[in-house]
Amino acid sequence: MQEHILNLLRENARISVEEMALRLNASADEVTAVIAELEKNNVICGYTAILNEVSSNKVNALIEVKITPQRDGGFDTVAKRIAKFDEVKELYLVSGAYDLLLEVEGESLQQVAMFVSGKLSTIDGVLSCATSFQLKKYKQSGRIIDCEESYERLKICP
Amino acid sequence: MNVSKSARNFVASHIASLPKSGIREFFDIVNTMDDVISLGVGEPDFTTPWNIREAGTFSLEQGHTAYTSNLGMLSLRKEICKYVACNYGVKYNPNNECIVTIGVSEALDIAMRALLNPGDEVIYTTPCFVSYPAEITMAHGVPVPVPTYEKDNFTLTPETLQQVLTPKSKVLLLNFPCNPTGAVMGLENLKAVAEIAEKHDLIVITDEIYSELVYDGLEHHSIAALDGMRDRTIFLHGFSKAFAMTGWRVGYACGPAEIIDAMMKIHQYGIMSANTTSQEAALEALQNGTSAMLKMRESYRERRNVMVKMLNDMGLKCVMPQGAFYAFPNIQSTGLDSKTFARQLLEKEHVAVVPGVAFGECGEGYVRCCYATGIQDIIEAMKRIKHFVDGLKK
Repeated sequence: MQEHILNLLRENARISVEEMALRLNASADEVTAVIAELEKNNVICGYTAILNEVSSNKVNALIEVKITPQRDGGFDTVAKRIAKFDEVKELYLVSGAYDLLLEVEGESLQQVAMFVSGKLSTIDGVLSCATSFQLKKYKQSGRIIDCEESYERLKICP
Repeated sequence: MNVSKSARNFVASHIASLPKSGIREFFDIVNTMDDVISLGVGEPDFTTPWNIREAGTFSLEQGHTAYTSNLGMLSLRKEICKYVACNYGVKYNPNNECIVTIGVSEALDIAMRALLNPGDEVIYTTPCFVSYPAEITMAHGVPVPVPTYEKDNFTLTPETLQQVLTPKSKVLLLNFPCNPTGAVMGLENLKAVAEIAEKHDLIVITDEIYSELVYDGLEHHSIAALDGMRDRTIFLHGFSKAFAMTGWRVGYACGPAEIIDAMMKIHQYGIMSANTTSQEAALEALQNGTSAMLKMRESYRERRNVMVKMLNDMGLKCVMPQGAFYAFPNIQSTGLDSKTFARQLLEKEHVAVVPGVAFGECGEGYVRCCYATGIQDIIEAMKRIKHFVDGLKK
């Protein structure tokens, strides 16, 4: 049940409790209870919208960061410091040529540049940053932006 | 003006007497309307998963544009036989017990033509897919319908089967999960039916095109896998429904070598080989299509729940279908026959369903609603149907 509800919310976070109940053959009360439990346990951390970039003037960048692991906290100490900045939208510890991958959002190119040079690079343990500005978004959260595919089926067939 | 002498009637009598599909006339009305929500389709609303489409286009890019072997690509036949062995528990030899066809439709056609002498009787369950009686007639067989009933969840019971057996019975044609009822055969009934087939020396054609689409953790059983049945069963399957590949037109038949060989002769002269691009895409479907298929199945299950609940809530009694993607509600409480119900619903509420009588006489009193349709459309269609049904009561 939990998994099914999470799948429905991933597909459309604005789905009504009544519709979920119908689709899962459950009662609305059951669904409400499961969602409350998921929220309480921080399995669901929040709900957000998938936006087409045309509707926003924000500037986004992906930043690859190399860091020195700390004696007591490993990568976590530095990563948690970086995560606290409002500009940082996503942050992952990754395998490969660098350690952290960040997605940063700002009002302008300059603001993102200032964040990288003035804040991110100066954090103790940060060795280097490589910034890639996003030019166009093709897909987010499993959703193709501006999907052009459409095909009409026959209305009646055996 | 030259008035030609009235020409001889050139059309063969067994074709002239074939009725046109009952679906056709609705198709013509629907096409004149704009905002119709159609529950009248018999195919998935998903496009073919991208990896399968990509395999098809890659095949074209590589220049694979020639015929394949008459039986179909050996690589595909090997994969089919592996798939059938793993999922249905029947082993076939890809070299001579498997043939790739233009959908199950062709497989059914060549199976009938390979088996029937004029006058042989073919027993098939009704309500059923609209092609079955026509296919039998076109192959000079005699169609013998055996009804299935709502009280039995539309499964075939050994008792009703017994009633239609005659010395001329030769073939038993099964289709479970069933279009249009969504019925699934339980193992017990299936075994009893298999026993009858053995006792009366019938050959079984089993069209299992919907067999991946069974719900609620239910297990699908193929009659081909039951003791003694492999050598008297032709197993038909394809890619259209489970992998959303209706337009690719690719299916297959597995069975005893001598029957597949006979079917191959008809296929060889009539068709040559199935479409090469589609065969390569089908191979990808079997090798890497399972996760996409399971996702679609889960989506059908949810939509089924919505539709069946809403139908029952508005007073149209509907058995919970356990497979395929059709609900088959009972509309007798409205006092209308199925054609009138469907026609008035279409005219008044712009919702298209298929009258049950299109699937055989015993489908009268029911309509088929396909839930392979977007969930919002299903909810809106159910509201409109409720409005229509409530209006009838006044």
